[in-house]
Amino acid sequence: MQAVRLNENGLRTDQRLEWLKLFGLSSPAILLILIILIIPVGWLFYVSFIGADGNFSLENYGRMIKSKSYARIFRVTFEVSFLTTGLCILIGYPLAYFISGLPNRMANICLITVLLPFWTSLLVRTYAWLVLLQKRGLINDWAISLGLWEEPIKLVHNLTGTLIGMVHIMLPFLILPVYSAMKAIDQDYMKAAANLGADPKRAFWTVFFPLTTPGLFAGALMVFILCLGFFVTPAVLGGGKVIMVSMKIVSNIELFVNWGAASALGVVLLVLTIVILWIASRFLNLEQLTNGGR
Amino acid sequence: MLGWFRAPATETQITHGQRLWLYVISVIIMVLLVTPSLIVIPMSFSDSQYLEFPPEVWSTRWYKNYFGSSEWMLATRTSFIAAFCTMILATPVGVLAAYGLHCSKIRFVRAAFVLMITPMMVPSVLVAIGAFYAYVKLKILYTMTGVVLAHTVLALPLVVIVTGSALKSYDMTQEDAARSLGAPRWKAFLTVTLPQIRFAVVTSGLLAFLTSFDEVVVAMFISGGENPTLTRNMFNALRDQIDPTIASISTIMILVTTLLMVLAQVFGQQKKPLK
Repeated sequence: MQAVRLNENGLRTDQRLEWLKLFGLSSPAILLILIILIIPVGWLFYVSFIGADGNFSLENYGRMIKSKSYARIFRVTFEVSFLTTGLCILIGYPLAYFISGLPNRMANICLITVLLPFWTSLLVRTYAWLVLLQKRGLINDWAISLGLWEEPIKLVHNLTGTLIGMVHIMLPFLILPVYSAMKAIDQDYMKAAANLGADPKRAFWTVFFPLTTPGLFAGALMVFILCLGFFVTPAVLGGGKVIMVSMKIVSNIELFVNWGAASALGVVLLVLTIVILWIASRFLNLEQLTNGGR
Repeated sequence: MLGWFRAPATETQITHGQRLWLYVISVIIMVLLVTPSLIVIPMSFSDSQYLEFPPEVWSTRWYKNYFGSSEWMLATRTSFIAAFCTMILATPVGVLAAYGLHCSKIRFVRAAFVLMITPMMVPSVLVAIGAFYAYVKLKILYTMTGVVLAHTVLALPLVVIVTGSALKSYDMTQEDAARSLGAPRWKAFLTVTLPQIRFAVVTSGLLAFLTSFDEVVVAMFISGGENPTLTRNMFNALRDQIDPTIASISTIMILVTTLLMVLAQVFGQQKKPLK
């Protein structure tokens, strides 16, 4: 008996050692992430609590609460993020529904139209919208020749342009998880609903739609979080009129070389992201997010 | 034709005619999704400063501008080298990590996995200023090493996720069989496991390349001097004015991405037959 137990213990130790060695294989990756990402971000966290005189202070955070311009930046950031997410749902859900009902071959072709912009560089797409929406751009030219409006309208370097660009960039993040949620629905449910006397509208809203909400929620969350920290598109298409948190962080460093203020904003942005993810993780499996993303 | 309108769209659904609005909207959305990036291609061949479509006078003026500029050429070179090195570094490091985390059962695995995907969750502006600070201390600001290291960190989550999910659907007992026949673990991995997850490995390598090639915000801070990336220069040019040269660069970037994705597709189709 004693010998068996000794052997068991030995085997267990061996197994643990093996697992530890295997875990060690991830050490290069862990080390890289620690040195390039975690430690510097930790340092930013520390800097955000240092005042202008070099001592511990909350002045970087205090300024955020007191100053009107910061309140405005946060308001704009949330506004843009909510509007983008809302528009993505309104536009993306019907498209996902349409594609999910097609025969496989057709669906694959249509999915390429969703994936193509997904692969294309973000900067290229932002640039494309800048060219299309400018005063002498294609959209204004066509709208005027079609008689939709008479004078060229300012479509870019403002909120409109920012939203158009951001919705275009975020749509795949919403469509893909919604689409896979729709594909997973057993069509027999819809037949059962019809059999029980529900008209198509009622069957859709009481059976189909609720089954797609996990995918919709995962997609919307992904879009919202990406929007909160977005920089390139609002910086180019907003033309200085749409200032979001990330842009303020950059200008704090580039123009004012104020690491304390920039870090404090960064910490707030990061904490917001983590809190939203944490709340969301209580309602849905976060692995859905990583599957939905690229 | 009329019959189609009256036919039910699905067994329980309303007819195609009643759903026509959905079809029309969907087609419009799909056109809007694809055209903005594609329309840049013909526009880049316009002779006009305002990039007409369709171009009244066709010319390769903006391409000559691009290929003739030593600045743009330097940036292009930097971007390609950085993307290639990122792929070469991130793929093995990420695959090793994915394999280790998949096989190991100790307590820290879950925490390590969360750590692996943090680069995807942290807003890129924060990654950028953090790396900027670290690079000043490490004296690798504006160097190729710096760009490659930062882009590798950004690419790691993708490699770990893609390879990890391939490992999840792979039957590990095959490796146990190889080992019970006397192969050391590394040999069992290289000769039995790796060939079967190679599609995921190649895909993650291509994604790593793309991550680096397309990355803007971090490159804006840590690349520059003798090593500016293409995206960094493009972004700076966009902030000033609409330089039509960027249309030609965009066209080239679209071609590079599409080529990579087609490669990934072609490779994916070949995964079935195992020698």
